[in-house]
Amino acid sequence: MSTIGLNGDMPKLGVLFEKPRACLTSFKSWVQLDSNYLSDGQQLAVKYFIVAIILFFAQILFGLLAATQFIYPSFLYEILDFSVNRMIHINAMIVWMLYGFIGCVYWFLEDESGTEIVGLKLGNIAFWVLTGAVTLVVLVYLLVQIGPGKDSSLWFINEGREYIEAPRWADIGIVVVMLIFFYNVVATFSKGKWSGIAGVLTLDLVALAGLYVAGMFYMTNITHEQYWWWWVIHLWVEATWEVLVGVIMAWSLMKLLGVRRKIIQTWLYIEVALMFGSGILGLGHHYFWIGTPEYWLTIGGFFSALEPIPLVAMVVHAVYDSGAHAFKNGNHPALAWIIAQAFGNFFGAGVWGFMHTLPQINMFTHGTQWSASHGHLAFFGAYATINIAFFYLVIQHWRGDVWTGGGIQNAWRWKWALGLLNGGVLGMTIALLIAGYEQSFIERAIEGSTWGGYFTAQNHPSFQNAMVWRLFFGGMTFAGFILLVWDLLTIGKGEKRPAPEIIEIR
Amino acid sequence: MNEIPLWASESFWKKTAIWVTAGSFLVLVVLTMDSLSKTSAGSKRVPAYSVINKKIDYQYDKDLHKFMPVIGGDEFLFGQKYSEEQALQLVDLGKKTTQAKNCMNCHTLLGNGAYYAPDLTKAWLDKGWISKEMREDMMVKFLMDPEKNARTFGSNRKMPNLKITEQEAKGIIAFLKWMSSIDTNGFPYNFKTINAEE
Repeated sequence: MSTIGLNGDMPKLGVLFEKPRACLTSFKSWVQLDSNYLSDGQQLAVKYFIVAIILFFAQILFGLLAATQFIYPSFLYEILDFSVNRMIHINAMIVWMLYGFIGCVYWFLEDESGTEIVGLKLGNIAFWVLTGAVTLVVLVYLLVQIGPGKDSSLWFINEGREYIEAPRWADIGIVVVMLIFFYNVVATFSKGKWSGIAGVLTLDLVALAGLYVAGMFYMTNITHEQYWWWWVIHLWVEATWEVLVGVIMAWSLMKLLGVRRKIIQTWLYIEVALMFGSGILGLGHHYFWIGTPEYWLTIGGFFSALEPIPLVAMVVHAVYDSGAHAFKNGNHPALAWIIAQAFGNFFGAGVWGFMHTLPQINMFTHGTQWSASHGHLAFFGAYATINIAFFYLVIQHWRGDVWTGGGIQNAWRWKWALGLLNGGVLGMTIALLIAGYEQSFIERAIEGSTWGGYFTAQNHPSFQNAMVWRLFFGGMTFAGFILLVWDLLTIGKGEKRPAPEIIEIR
Repeated sequence: MNEIPLWASESFWKKTAIWVTAGSFLVLVVLTMDSLSKTSAGSKRVPAYSVINKKIDYQYDKDLHKFMPVIGGDEFLFGQKYSEEQALQLVDLGKKTTQAKNCMNCHTLLGNGAYYAPDLTKAWLDKGWISKEMREDMMVKFLMDPEKNARTFGSNRKMPNLKITEQEAKGIIAFLKWMSSIDTNGFPYNFKTINAEE
């Protein structure tokens, strides 16, 4: 082994690594996961899942710091300012969800294509490059934070654009890594077999990667800049991500409930038609007030009002399929999270989005905590849930497809994690909604959105109380997260019964 | 009856999905080209950068039933008249600085961003700067040392010192003045500017 030479040359370094290595070994023997159950693609997938969970932790941690600053503004002032915490909070979210999605695709790629991943080595290299880049970007966010008003700051520190703050060098890296991922998907399906799911996935990934490029340019004209910025943000989270989740959901439901492929794929096409049919022009609801022409008030209002329709269809689909299969499934926590996804997506993205999407209402809710309320429930409901459902599918398989039901040992953990996470996010959503209502009335409607009006609304007791409740429910979400991780590490350990075989119902 | 009707068949929905997606995207591309041309700097909706030489106000238009930017006569920024090129450079410096300092993760610009600090869309016109005579000086001082010149409106929330240079501060102010002249379809509603009589 090459490390022997290294240890001989630098004995101190060897000793330094001894303890963590021993810790890792004892952790591995405690957690009892057997990677022999995983295919090569799945071993790559779990790497993505592990980083996803670490970033999920970062998301919640920095969210809590930012939430605390709303109550105690001097907390970490000029050390980790609100802007830094909030940036890491939302960036960690975007990136962990992307990691989760990539992991999901690598997980089912071999199963769906019926062959081995073509560029496994390349996929592994891409994983380490991306993870290294993400680490470096976060360190720069934390330690450097800001730069002078020059191009170099945008290239190496921070682009200062909400959600896609990553500096330009990292943007280029992300595109390269996405191209490798895309190559792996297309080449593997080409070598094996194509399916409806494969086709939708491929076209969606083209759009997803292509759209990112729209957000990689600096512009002095803020109207143009925000125009393209929304191309990335909206067409990601309200179109291509939703379809990507549809693909992951389709594959999961086939495995979990044994739903027939023909039904699943027909539904997937219906979803794509409804999602893109409403979501692409629904982009217009971001073009009401940024300087763009008035016709967007009509187009954006109309099409974004249609955006809940595919989400209703998803609820119908999930509930119908679960019922048609009499809830017989191979993994109870995963199914519970999938149902949480159907409802969370509908309420968070659909109902909460619709509530303030019409321009006559949005005039007063735009730029208030309404958006934060919607954002919390929508991102959690639509994207966190499906990833968590998938984590449960993964851990079950990693332990050799053991029984994972409602009555297993320590089942309280997954049930409480489910309850705390959903309850916590829902609580934050309601608290932020109250704050948003109050802002709409006091800051926007009464005070006419002046700075004085802004602070009148911020200082109001109902706003202040809402911020306390938000922090409280943030804590609840954090507790749920800790329990979730504990459960994922232990669920199915020592379980001997095999999972029930799921038979496709004709 | 085992026949699947056309409207429930996989191939029908596959074709529908493709046509709907392609059609929507095509419409979006056409609208994008139109929107970009109608919002280039120097257009009716988004004035040229040299608008920083002018007096800017925001008033209710009775015929249109909405608030509209009103561009008046000369009102030089920092007592200087900027050429189109100089104005572009100054606004560009300001815009770049707002990105490099990550303003958007506390403030909103055109209503987009974070909600920890006030909206900057009409910041140039805000009554918080007390009077037009004091405004420019107050803004420069505030941006360069927000802690000492903090205006917290009773909230205890203070902007951190972001090491903004004097030139960058002037750039930001030019950028804010220019941004306040953009026609934002009447958002924010009922905003009373620093020019308005009480």
